Amino acid sequence: MNAGMFLTHMPRKVQLALAVVALAGLPFMVSAGLGNTWLRVLDFALLYVMLALGLNIVVGFAGLLDLGYIAFYAVGAYVYALLASPQFGLHWPVWAILPVGALAACGFGVVLGAPTLRLRGDYLAIVTLGFGEIVRIFMNNLNAPVNITNGPKGIASIDPIQIGGHVLSQPLEIFGVTVPALVLTYYFFLALALLVMLAGLRLQDSRIGRAWAAIREDEMAAKACGINTRNVKLLAFAMGASFGGLAGGLFASFQEFVSPESFSLMESIMVLCMVVLGGMGHIPGVILGALVLTVLPEAFRHGAGPVQQAVFGQVLVDPENLRMLLFGIALVAVMLYRPSGLWPDPRHRQEFNAR
Amino acid sequence: MNDSGAESMHLPREGEQGEGHLLEVTNLKVRYGGITAVKDISFSVAAGEMVCLIGANGAGKTSTLKALARMIPADGDIHYAGRRINGFPAHTLISQGLALVPEGRGVFARLTVAENLAMGAYHRHRPDERAAVQEDAARMYTLFPRLAERRRQLAGTLSGGEQQMLAIGRALMGKPQLLLLDEPSMGLAPLMVQTVFDAIRSVAQSGVTILLVEQNARLALTVCNRGYVLENGVITLSDSAANLLADPRVRAAYLGE
Repeated sequence: MNAGMFLTHMPRKVQLALAVVALAGLPFMVSAGLGNTWLRVLDFALLYVMLALGLNIVVGFAGLLDLGYIAFYAVGAYVYALLASPQFGLHWPVWAILPVGALAACGFGVVLGAPTLRLRGDYLAIVTLGFGEIVRIFMNNLNAPVNITNGPKGIASIDPIQIGGHVLSQPLEIFGVTVPALVLTYYFFLALALLVMLAGLRLQDSRIGRAWAAIREDEMAAKACGINTRNVKLLAFAMGASFGGLAGGLFASFQEFVSPESFSLMESIMVLCMVVLGGMGHIPGVILGALVLTVLPEAFRHGAGPVQQAVFGQVLVDPENLRMLLFGIALVAVMLYRPSGLWPDPRHRQEFNAR
Repeated sequence: MNDSGAESMHLPREGEQGEGHLLEVTNLKVRYGGITAVKDISFSVAAGEMVCLIGANGAGKTSTLKALARMIPADGDIHYAGRRINGFPAHTLISQGLALVPEGRGVFARLTVAENLAMGAYHRHRPDERAAVQEDAARMYTLFPRLAERRRQLAGTLSGGEQQMLAIGRALMGKPQLLLLDEPSMGLAPLMVQTVFDAIRSVAQSGVTILLVEQNARLALTVCNRGYVLENGVITLSDSAANLLADPRVRAAYLGE
């Protein structure tokens, strides 16, 4: 019996306990073994997990190609920035802002969804791409005549998240053990990412989830089955956008700074890559995709220089340039050899094992 | 109230089934931009009847059916079960007993056979309906034993004929009174066509009214009671199926004689 078999044959409770221990211990191991830079990367990876899970609802479940998804992240981030920074002198608590940000993003989701209901595929992709850019350009230009977003300079000194009187950007003493700020942030993000994941799993298994799948497969047949395709598609946009907005709020508080350049088209494409590369519509796959695509580019960034130094005795290619090249090659390779993603829905492989 | 044509007044809202027509179409027009695909056609289907709409490619058959299912906008009056359904959204029709089996089958390829059937009963979601839905699914597996063998298989992996069976089964899961069938023989092997049409016949015998659109005129006319011939968006002939089969014009144009 090998290790993998051993793991899969354990009782569920033991598996769960092991997962909890592993997830709880991970930040300490990362911080001890790789340092705080990587702990930061891990925190960001969790934000991307939330984003990818949100986009997965639109792209993976409902089959609507959205190239402007980062706009909802931007809305969430800016809502947080405006309500908890010196910009307007507002300092709302985090528990009030995150829902407001998610709700605002949800509203934007409907605003994007409503005019694009009749569009599919490439046409929808183009409109959503335009939408994403419009939001970014608005953030860039809403500093005149009334200064709302502070334009390209962005909004700084955003309040860090504060839970129960403790500021998350400060280390916390518990029973004589000092838990670093980045680890606290990790736990908070992890909790919310798990929440988003559970919501996604529940949605997929619900009547709405089945309606999304039907629309993805054949919209006319879905209508003939009695599915109100308009409302159900709007719901997909709204739900996906809400999760994006939530992640955006966390991003703003974590960075303590937002500016329009964080929400470029490239970011939308990255999140879409996570969904597609991981396995569209399959939640574990999407999480894997998000983790891989956050960690890999960072590994290239930090690893490419030293490796060249060791092999050639000097740095031949700037790691920053090499990073995108290697990243591109990795993408092409995955799509060639695993076209349905790194970890696709097992049902797609089971299709011939019918009982 | 038993003939088409005299249908300018509003019908009373209920109490019409049985004596009147289940489906009454008056001056139906379908336009795509500048092109008129269906030009002012009127026809009717009585409860319990099996009626076919035959015609060549591009005659407007599918457009007519899509208009009836409210999938595309159309002018004219469509009365179903005594109500004018022109303003009704497409997705509300199945709960009133009007089901469409779309052209090209439209099965949900990446859902299993069982899930496809369950989608057909999407509007029957009250907890007290669950048992009835299960029973209906079992009935579909009796009607189409091929589907029972493949119930955990993804619909996209089925053969064309099996997909057609699944599409019909899915529509029947909505408990329709009127079934609109769009070219069920399309792209099927002759033997499979026979199987599918046997099933359609037994569906009709179970009391479901059927409006069938077919290019295969001989097949359609042998299973149906009545038929309409559609040519360039206009109904040119309408008669009993037997008379149409004997009609020299039909024989020349559609039966290859």
